[in-house]
Amino acid sequence: MRVAASDVELAEKKHESDGEIPVKRKSISYAKWGYFFIAPFFIAYAIFSLWPLITTVYNSFFENYRIGLDQVGPNFIGFENYINFFTGAKGVPVWNLISNTVIMWLMGFIPQLAVSLLFAYWFTNKRMDLKCTSIFKSIIYMPNLIMASAFSLLMFSLFANTETAPINNMLLSIGATTEKIDFLANQWSARGIIAFMNFIMWFGNTTIMLMAAMLGVDESLVEAADIDGCTPNQIFWKITMPLIRPILVYVFITSLVGGLQMFDVPQVLTSGIGVPNGTTKTLIMFLNDNLYSKNYGAAGAISVILFIVCAAFSLIVYYFFTDRTLGGAKSFAAKKKKKGV
Amino acid sequence: MAGKYDVVTNERKFWLNFRRTVAYIGLTLMCILCLFFFYIMLINCTRSHNEIQRAGLAFLPSTSFISNFTAVATDANIPLMKGMLNSIIVSVGTVFCSVYFSAMTAYGCHVYDFKGRKFAFNFILLIMTIPTQVTALGFVDMMRSWGLLNSLIPLIVPAIAAPTVFFFMKQYMDSSLPIDIVEAARIDGANEYRTFNSIILPILKPAMAVQAIFTFVSSWNNYFTPNLLITKTEMKTLPIMVYMWRCKDYASISMGHIYMVITISILPVMIVYFCLSKFIIGGVTLGAVKG
Amino acid sequence: MKKRVLAALLASATVLSVVGCSNNTSGSDAGNSGNTSNTDSGSTGGNDSGSTGGNTEGGDTVTVPDDGKVLNIWCWNDEFQSRVKDFYPDYVDNGDGTGKIGDVLVKWTINPNKDNGYQIPLDAALQDQENVAADDRIDIFLIEADYADKYVNSEYSLPVSAVGITDADTAEMYEYTKVIATDANGDLKAVSWQAAPGLFAYKRSIAQKVLGTDDPDAVQEYVADWDKFEETAQTMKDNGYFMLSGYDDAYRTFSNNVSAPWVNDKNEIIIDENILKWVEQTKNFTDKGFNNKNGLWSDGWAADQGPDGKVFGFFYSTWGINFTLLGNSLATKVPDGMAQGSAEWLEHCTGNGAFGDYAVCYGPQTYYWGGTWLCASYMTDNASLVKDIMYQLTCNGEIMKSITTTPGVEDYTNNMAAMEEVANSDFKSDFLGGQNHIALFVENAKKIDMSNISKYDQGCNETFQAAMKDYFDGTVDYDTALENFYTNVITKYPALTKPAE
Repeated sequence: MRVAASDVELAEKKHESDGEIPVKRKSISYAKWGYFFIAPFFIAYAIFSLWPLITTVYNSFFENYRIGLDQVGPNFIGFENYINFFTGAKGVPVWNLISNTVIMWLMGFIPQLAVSLLFAYWFTNKRMDLKCTSIFKSIIYMPNLIMASAFSLLMFSLFANTETAPINNMLLSIGATTEKIDFLANQWSARGIIAFMNFIMWFGNTTIMLMAAMLGVDESLVEAADIDGCTPNQIFWKITMPLIRPILVYVFITSLVGGLQMFDVPQVLTSGIGVPNGTTKTLIMFLNDNLYSKNYGAAGAISVILFIVCAAFSLIVYYFFTDRTLGGAKSFAAKKKKKGV
Repeated sequence: MAGKYDVVTNERKFWLNFRRTVAYIGLTLMCILCLFFFYIMLINCTRSHNEIQRAGLAFLPSTSFISNFTAVATDANIPLMKGMLNSIIVSVGTVFCSVYFSAMTAYGCHVYDFKGRKFAFNFILLIMTIPTQVTALGFVDMMRSWGLLNSLIPLIVPAIAAPTVFFFMKQYMDSSLPIDIVEAARIDGANEYRTFNSIILPILKPAMAVQAIFTFVSSWNNYFTPNLLITKTEMKTLPIMVYMWRCKDYASISMGHIYMVITISILPVMIVYFCLSKFIIGGVTLGAVKG
Repeated sequence: MKKRVLAALLASATVLSVVGCSNNTSGSDAGNSGNTSNTDSGSTGGNDSGSTGGNTEGGDTVTVPDDGKVLNIWCWNDEFQSRVKDFYPDYVDNGDGTGKIGDVLVKWTINPNKDNGYQIPLDAALQDQENVAADDRIDIFLIEADYADKYVNSEYSLPVSAVGITDADTAEMYEYTKVIATDANGDLKAVSWQAAPGLFAYKRSIAQKVLGTDDPDAVQEYVADWDKFEETAQTMKDNGYFMLSGYDDAYRTFSNNVSAPWVNDKNEIIIDENILKWVEQTKNFTDKGFNNKNGLWSDGWAADQGPDGKVFGFFYSTWGINFTLLGNSLATKVPDGMAQGSAEWLEHCTGNGAFGDYAVCYGPQTYYWGGTWLCASYMTDNASLVKDIMYQLTCNGEIMKSITTTPGVEDYTNNMAAMEEVANSDFKSDFLGGQNHIALFVENAKKIDMSNISKYDQGCNETFQAAMKDYFDGTVDYDTALENFYTNVITKYPALTKPAE
């Protein structure tokens, strides 16, 4: 009962502070300052990004590329660049690229989320009271500091296709295989390596985000549940998880958007080819391929498709953030209430 | 009664210790995995090209550290110090632009109820998801027509519009910048902009430090944009120089040199990271609570 | 006006011995005064060097200016730079990546090849030449054979005759190096100091053990054509060895001997019979275990060349033998600072790993691998200096010979007379067990036929090998691999199409 009550309070409190800042607290005469403060951002964006973005969209309707040093086009061709991607008439069918990208992202993200949740829980759990956490926290973030290309080089030598390369050597010596394995010749091991690298590079970041969310969980709720005899497992799944839902969704969305932009790891690891059979080629890698012929048309079209996919997820972000207290804590509170009473 | 309680506590204690042990083991293993890559990199700095190519991995240092270092530090075509300087200029400039102006923008959206505020906020959320590569061709063409190729300006100034940094700042302000502070400052008769600089910015320090690390790292490691814009040796940044080492010709390519130059280029970012890492642990907490 | 059609003005054919631009003769002085204008300056002695004539595209003649104070050279690594440093008589290294020749500052722009990192900025710069200051204009840029056609058949490169290189100057160059650099009008647009004929390098110890002889002539009999090559491969396999290290090892021997270019006049991609033969053979070799499934330049490939390698041989050209193969063959590395070719170096290497255990033979087909060409940019303002660099570093027989014989350099140079001389000398390679491999190069270099190159070679060859790797690995079937090839190559060259069935 106590849990439920405080929970509702919390939800209300959150709702209040997260909602629109009430107008009465502000003086109208200051409002124009708002424009002053946001002006640099919007001016810079308009100049450096918006204009190129518009030209990108514009170009996507043209045939416009180079053969060697000779220019072809620009000739208006309507939606042909787009149609080519969907039919695969020119270039890799866009569905393959999207599915490659999403699969590799999921392969890295799911373990990343699991490990990050666990670590964040360990770091923030008062009862566990782990020592040296700041050292752990500092270290798990470190892989993010390495250039993706440098990291790829290392992974490449670890998984190299020779008997002497570490992984092959290990597998051969324990008898797991009788012949060296070319890890980049199998789509699942190739994707696995890429997913693993993304995992290593980003799990520290996710852990820190989730840790922040967990520290925000009202300690009294956990204590109350503990006194009521809940096991740590129950506390984690029934109290912590629902309360950090907003951050979880945030992590989910930002990671997905980052995942859709996946580029340098597979690019360097597979020399831009997306071995084997194009199964590790991502959307941006294909965009990069089109720079070869300075193909503004195709590059524009793939950009627009990417933009639409990303914008769709932005809408989810938008939906989520405008509705976060209702969706998160309140539903939890309602559930809890039912249970508590 | 007391006895039963003891049993329960003992059992609880056992499980607590058990979980603690599992946690320490898990964390230690992951940390070893993370450090493993750095270790291999350092070891490879001390090995020659043929050693690395032939034997793949080694756990003990070899003898080529000094020759690798000398080769990397003295190559006149790839002036590493110059590259380091350029990278520092670009990264510091980028950090300043993105952190300062994003804080400003977030502050504008946070405090003032101007017309179009909601639109501005939603717009930034939307553009947060557009990858750099999408606008790259148009951006490079534009820079060429402005004569800004081989300049560091296009690598720095566009960072003023950094949607993710803005977003983080906004979240941070929502949770820890009560409007009262602003109002208090106003009573003192301070100009709004000065209020922001002298009173608000110090409050935002933890959040700014966190974003400074994120921005610094990504700017420091950025190869894509500089590679499209810069051809002159004296303007090149470190990631391009790392690539130049990787593209040496058959007679002078050396994996030892490559690992050395990678290691050298990671050092500054490590230093920045360790200087600011306490904020990562403390700072994100406040900012992201409300997610 | 982009099309600066040129005819040679400089009477520099007469000043072969002149080094540097400061002491040029009247010919180049006329160039000075003519400057950038394209009026009547086709003065006097110009066309004595004009061989096939640089003025094919238009009627009027243009002077190549010669008043530049900065010489800009674009390349993708420091190989050419070190040749200039070591062998161009008047080059003074400033120690900061620039140099001086006379009073002209030499600036190097080095952009790595990777991910098109060289060509994209080079193209942009070439097309922007008219908008930049004279001191920033490119004077010389370097190209490779795989994409030479793109620049050779463009208006951005000058016929070498325009700066004063004569037919006589290039007479001793190997024909194929000229074929690659000649445009559709028959003008030679680029010159190279290297010729890179390839041979088949094999391990003597394995030959002795399996074939009963390590004599190059005898071994050649076992690999004289592809049928014999395959038989020998079977023998190697039976004795526990691999014939080749990987899939792409033999690719060039096939792709250099095609019967038609990659693309026909209808812009259709045509896969040559000989390339298909490579696919067939490589698949066959892979399935039968004749190769070790390594990629070119991979760690495994390098290890296969070492003392413990189980691979019989490698297709290698000139440079690859003296550097890559040699480096890979050693058991203990050469200590830092020990100069290649020195006495202590020889002492260190002798008996070290597979040093001395390699030999070369002709192999089943002639081919070449590598090479760098120099182009004069259409906007150069250092005509005589460009000419002299081209002359000294690609035509001068004495310098060519010294490049070949200098330990640690040992490029096989693009000068038939000089190479014949070395071939007939007592030159021998300790690394190859005392063999004079130059003699073999001389033979093979003459037979190389590169008349079927096209501007699509680089993209097509790379994409084809990458696509077929999946097929050899067994990841995809043949048709899928072909389909992938077409898809990816059309992404690179959108104008091309897959031929109708």
